[in-house]
Amino acid sequence: MESLPIKLLENLNALAGGLFLLCAFGMVATRQVRGCLHFFIAQALFLAMSAFILGALLHSWDVLAVGVINVITKPFLIPWVLQRNVRGEMYSRREIDQLLNIPTSLLIALALAIAACFLALPLLRAAGGGGFAAVNLPIGLAGLLLGAYTACVRRQAVPLLLGLLAMENSAFFAGIAIAPALPFLAEVAVTFDVLMLSFIVGLLTRTIHEHIGTTEVGALTTLQEQPQP
Amino acid sequence: MIRMIAYNLLQMLVVLGFSPLVAGILNRLKEMVQSRRGPSIFQPYRDLRKLFHKDQVFSEQSSWIFRFTPYIVFTAPLFVTLLIPVLTSYPLFFAFMGDMLGGGFVLALGGFFAALAAVDAANPYGAMGASRTRMVGFLAEPVFMIVFFTVSFVAGSTIPYIVQQAWVHPLANFFEPSHILLLLAFLMLILAEGGRIPVDNPAGHFELAMIDESKGLEYSGRGAALMKWGGYMKFFVLLCIFLNVLLAPWGLAAGTAPAPVLLAIPLILLKIFIFLLVLVVIESSLAKLRLFRITEFLGAAFIISVAAMIMRVFTF
Repeated sequence: MESLPIKLLENLNALAGGLFLLCAFGMVATRQVRGCLHFFIAQALFLAMSAFILGALLHSWDVLAVGVINVITKPFLIPWVLQRNVRGEMYSRREIDQLLNIPTSLLIALALAIAACFLALPLLRAAGGGGFAAVNLPIGLAGLLLGAYTACVRRQAVPLLLGLLAMENSAFFAGIAIAPALPFLAEVAVTFDVLMLSFIVGLLTRTIHEHIGTTEVGALTTLQEQPQP
Repeated sequence: MIRMIAYNLLQMLVVLGFSPLVAGILNRLKEMVQSRRGPSIFQPYRDLRKLFHKDQVFSEQSSWIFRFTPYIVFTAPLFVTLLIPVLTSYPLFFAFMGDMLGGGFVLALGGFFAALAAVDAANPYGAMGASRTRMVGFLAEPVFMIVFFTVSFVAGSTIPYIVQQAWVHPLANFFEPSHILLLLAFLMLILAEGGRIPVDNPAGHFELAMIDESKGLEYSGRGAALMKWGGYMKFFVLLCIFLNVLLAPWGLAAGTAPAPVLLAIPLILLKIFIFLLVLVVIESSLAKLRLFRITEFLGAAFIISVAAMIMRVFTF
């Protein structure tokens, strides 16, 4: 009797993993800053879903707390901070510049995801984990690489930042499965780190934007002498 | 044995008879969403009757391919109907003649001949539409392959009757990530293959923007009717595969008595109606993609299907 709900929860956790991965792909593929932000929020919510399931099954309050913190921070606080600091950037419906075109980018992302799954195999063996780690570790690693890739290939400040934040999401996605007893303090610290990161990058972006009129990283490679407006 | 063959024929009759109705309902729903009245849901039947009563005109330059194609386009979906579960959840007489991949290829045969015929008639729009359909087709092909590949991983088979049992026994299998991702990828495929809105506008009458429609422009009379009917049936068959095999394998007849089999007819129509509601929301809320963005749409479908495979192969 007990086995069906557990199997169901395992499948739901894996489903959250699958959709988490899909969001990471979405962040690579989307053309607009807001689309990127929405994918990031969805990704955080799937992370929270996975954390709730794992917390319930492993009876771990720490993992549940990870879920709660994610639900509060990522969908509300980070968009709020970004909106306050980089309003024009965030809500411009302009398309983001990419270093590579989107189909190429997606194929590279796919190769990265498959590579991450192969990388996770020896790690899994070393961790001796079956069950949840078998889902969360490969997906988390894949998300980490995809986040890094997003940060590399985007040329504007906000999507770049979202790529970094997606890496943090993924690290937690892998982390909750292999170390469910992570100290609560670490999670709180990371949360504040993430907030500070978005705050600082936001301020920096705004300053750069005021001075130069763009935050395209590609356009910032040459120094310019420009009179203050 | 006789009964199995009879049910198989009944399936064909259902597809033959109700596919124009599905097209009519879809058109009507779309018009209603756009706050217009729209034609009656039986309009496709009237169109077909009218076309069957008209004379055919053939270009002097066209070859036998042009004359032959409507029959292939018309019969290909009927062949696929023999292979897939439309009414019953147990395999019928011809079920093991081919698997889902085989069905896909039979459907593709119809598309292939339609493209040839479009070029054959030497109408410039025909050749343009044919080349565009091939473009969509070859981008959709790898997604089809990987979807069926993953299905065979999960269910251990690509015979649709076996696949549909694998999702619901036990029910937890339904929530497997590879299943949900497959559904998403297949839905995008249906939109692309059926010439639906993010890829192609089925209601458009502008030849330069046509993808799917322009292949049939040269046909008249009976040929045009068969091409149209074939298109309706292809859409119906794709919906049957999506709904009965992948999404909701409930409501199919389990017994061999005639009553449950007949009862399954309104149930499949109900399922299709619910799906049409979803489709209308998709079609009304999205705009048609530019031609070169179709690559990205189907690229995304490809990524989703590969993600489904990754989830299956690496995480269990």
